[in-house]
Amino acid sequence: MTENGKAIEVRNLTKVYPSKDAPIVALEDASFEVYEQEFISLVGHSGCGKTTIMKIIAGLLDKTRGEVLVNGAPVTGPKSSTGIVFQTPVLFQWRTVIDNVMLPIEILGLSKEQYYPRAMEMLELTGLTEFKDKFPRELSGGMQQRVSISRALVHDPSLLLLDEPFGALDAMTRGEMNMELQRIWSEKKKTSLLITHSIPEAVFLADRVMVMTPRPGRITDIIDIGLPRPRTPEMRLSVEFTECVREVGKTIGLQYL
Amino acid sequence: MVERFKELGTITFSLVLFTVIWELSVWVFSVSEFLLPAPSVVITTLVLKIGPLLQHCLVTFRETVYGFLMGLVLGVISAVMIVYSRLLQNLLYPLILVAQIVPKVAIAPLLLVWVGYGEISKVLIAFLVSWFPIIVTTVQGMRMVQPEMLDLVKSLQASDWQIFTKVRLPNALPHFFGGLKIAITLAVIGAIIGEFVGGNTGLGYLVMVANYEVNTPLMFAALIVLSALGLVLYGVLVLLEMWLIPWSLGEEEQQMTGFGM
Repeated sequence: MTENGKAIEVRNLTKVYPSKDAPIVALEDASFEVYEQEFISLVGHSGCGKTTIMKIIAGLLDKTRGEVLVNGAPVTGPKSSTGIVFQTPVLFQWRTVIDNVMLPIEILGLSKEQYYPRAMEMLELTGLTEFKDKFPRELSGGMQQRVSISRALVHDPSLLLLDEPFGALDAMTRGEMNMELQRIWSEKKKTSLLITHSIPEAVFLADRVMVMTPRPGRITDIIDIGLPRPRTPEMRLSVEFTECVREVGKTIGLQYL
Repeated sequence: MVERFKELGTITFSLVLFTVIWELSVWVFSVSEFLLPAPSVVITTLVLKIGPLLQHCLVTFRETVYGFLMGLVLGVISAVMIVYSRLLQNLLYPLILVAQIVPKVAIAPLLLVWVGYGEISKVLIAFLVSWFPIIVTTVQGMRMVQPEMLDLVKSLQASDWQIFTKVRLPNALPHFFGGLKIAITLAVIGAIIGEFVGGNTGLGYLVMVANYEVNTPLMFAALIVLSALGLVLYGVLVLLEMWLIPWSLGEEEQQMTGFGM
């Protein structure tokens, strides 16, 4: 817990990728904060710097300028207090489901005996208990992504970073996964940053939605989503929900909404 | 499983059919034995000469396996060096490429001059032909790691050693086995080339001798034993692969690394 209750603080963050002809400004003066236990969605077109922000927060990428604090401390490199879920499940084909979930424990050198029950608990949370000894190729896309969520949570990180986790799934599975993620979040209350280019998904899950525009990547708006929790699939049809989606869409520059 | 048996049935049937047509053609057109012996004659020769055939086979087997194992060990070591050091990559790759481009049949006589007519020269040729596919596939396997996979383990502050043992090495295994399967068939060919060029044992030598004596049935018998040798060695690798990396085994990959050179 930090004193001011802020899990992430980003101030004037700029990232420039060097390039032969003209340097590419992936991110310009981005500033925002994420409070503890908050669920934030980050939406924007492809290539507007969403993943760059996430990678800098995760300590996987160096920033060009600006300040990034996670749990009150400046980010200097990767931290084990972060759990990441990528667009593809990124499962290790040679490991069974349970061994995939245990991977962070192995790498962090934590006690396997101590964390095994927790890994099993994560599998139960994502409904995969009976698949624990299967290999990834034996699972469907949605199940694979659930394994990857279990893996991101197993070492009890304080921050969950989700980089378009459901982008590769079909619409129906995606809707189910949204419900599942909401349930996991409300049970575990991890501060979460979800990157997506689905506006309804962003609105459905988030307390606040941050909108980014490309070239240079900027955060143009942060919109509060006042919808009550828990959110239900029916809510997607409500006027309030549609209003939120419309507002985010407008900010992003979608004319037809 | 039923499908598998059906497939097996079809393969057996085509082999039997081929043999029958061969046998009949030889009798009907009364082809002389030194041109094309009938399968029955070949099989008789095979049975009568099984002792010497197996003795020579054992020699070729030894040369092939030693050469292959040398290729495996040195191939993996070179692959790791290439992946982890740009300097070594630039130093080694041209050499490896040259070694691969030079036709092994052409340098076989040179090797014989250098190390003599014994088994060592054959082992060396088998090694030379088999290490290249092992290096190339192992390097590829260790390099072709999904970038997110590296991001994931780096986000957990994995050490270089952990990245090697937990990511690159297992990731390379399916490619590595693909390379091994190509290498083993090439190693048999390498050993035979060596025996052709000079020597006094091995199935390649036997084929040459049978050729000089115009003993075509013996040549065919030797060829059958030789094919069986290649098949068994290949099969052992397939079984090893199934046992060691049951999580892999893509059908497409199986087909890609078939026989032949």
